[in-house]
Amino acid sequence: MTTAEDHKSGGIGSGLVVYLCILALAAIQFVIAYQNIDGSQMFVRMLIVALVEAGLALLFFMHLWSEKRAFMWSAGIITVFVLLVMQFGWTDSFRISGGVPWAK
Amino acid sequence: MSQADLTMGGHSTTFAGQPPFSVSTKKMAMWLFIIADTATFAACLVAYGFLRNATPNWPKPFHSITNVALMTFILVTSSLTMLLGIRAARAGNKPGALRWTFITAALGIAFALLHIREWLALIGEGMTMFHNPWGTGLFGAAFFSITGLHLTHVTAGVIALIVVGIRYQGGRYKADDLEVLGLYWHFVDMVWMFVVPMVYLLNLTH
Repeated sequence: MTTAEDHKSGGIGSGLVVYLCILALAAIQFVIAYQNIDGSQMFVRMLIVALVEAGLALLFFMHLWSEKRAFMWSAGIITVFVLLVMQFGWTDSFRISGGVPWAK
Repeated sequence: MSQADLTMGGHSTTFAGQPPFSVSTKKMAMWLFIIADTATFAACLVAYGFLRNATPNWPKPFHSITNVALMTFILVTSSLTMLLGIRAARAGNKPGALRWTFITAALGIAFALLHIREWLALIGEGMTMFHNPWGTGLFGAAFFSITGLHLTHVTAGVIALIVVGIRYQGGRYKADDLEVLGLYWHFVDMVWMFVVPMVYLLNLTH
């Protein structure tokens, strides 16, 4: 017996595909860690991969894709807004590490 | 008409009838918890990033990725087994659901043991909350706080998996309850996807 939710989210076949995709993306993060690139570039690349991994887990493992769109957007917008607001302090961390360039 | 309906002026479709977004109360509570917990972990990781960026002699104590790779594999696999457990429960396959739920719990225990082993190795190298032999003492505080918070979530998840599994077997809990717990477990897995690059991979000695 399969439920409408299983059918809508693609059943266990899609679950297995998502699992393999997440494992592959995790492996890519480990490969990036060994690349000879700048720390900030490495951070950005790893963050992008992590966001894709999290997106896959949210949509297919947590079945957000098969919930009502209104719920998905409400939860998503609130969460993204809170996460974005937290980023206001970054300029200060650069000021501490490098000083204020316009003060020279 | 119930007292609640009268109080709400008869708008029973929202408060006494169909739940908002057609999501059950338990599931909605779990989603709200997940949103709040996302903010908690994000605040920890942003604070960690701030400190790391602003501190010149940030330590890079990790030489090998074997342990963290194995931990990642175990945790991602546990998400798949959780998915299989929920699917079995939805199909009415009680023994199957119970088997996959306990396999998920076992994988969670394996993850926690590997984590503790890693902590002990770092402590053995002289790392504590406030001191370490490689650079700023803030590293220990940040590392143990973030990974400790995650490990606490894993431990709570394992306990919940065992309790819900047993009660599901006894008929007290249903497939929906297993699904709500599944949301939590996938969330714990999702957080690890950010902890690994930020805390481990960016602090790797080449």
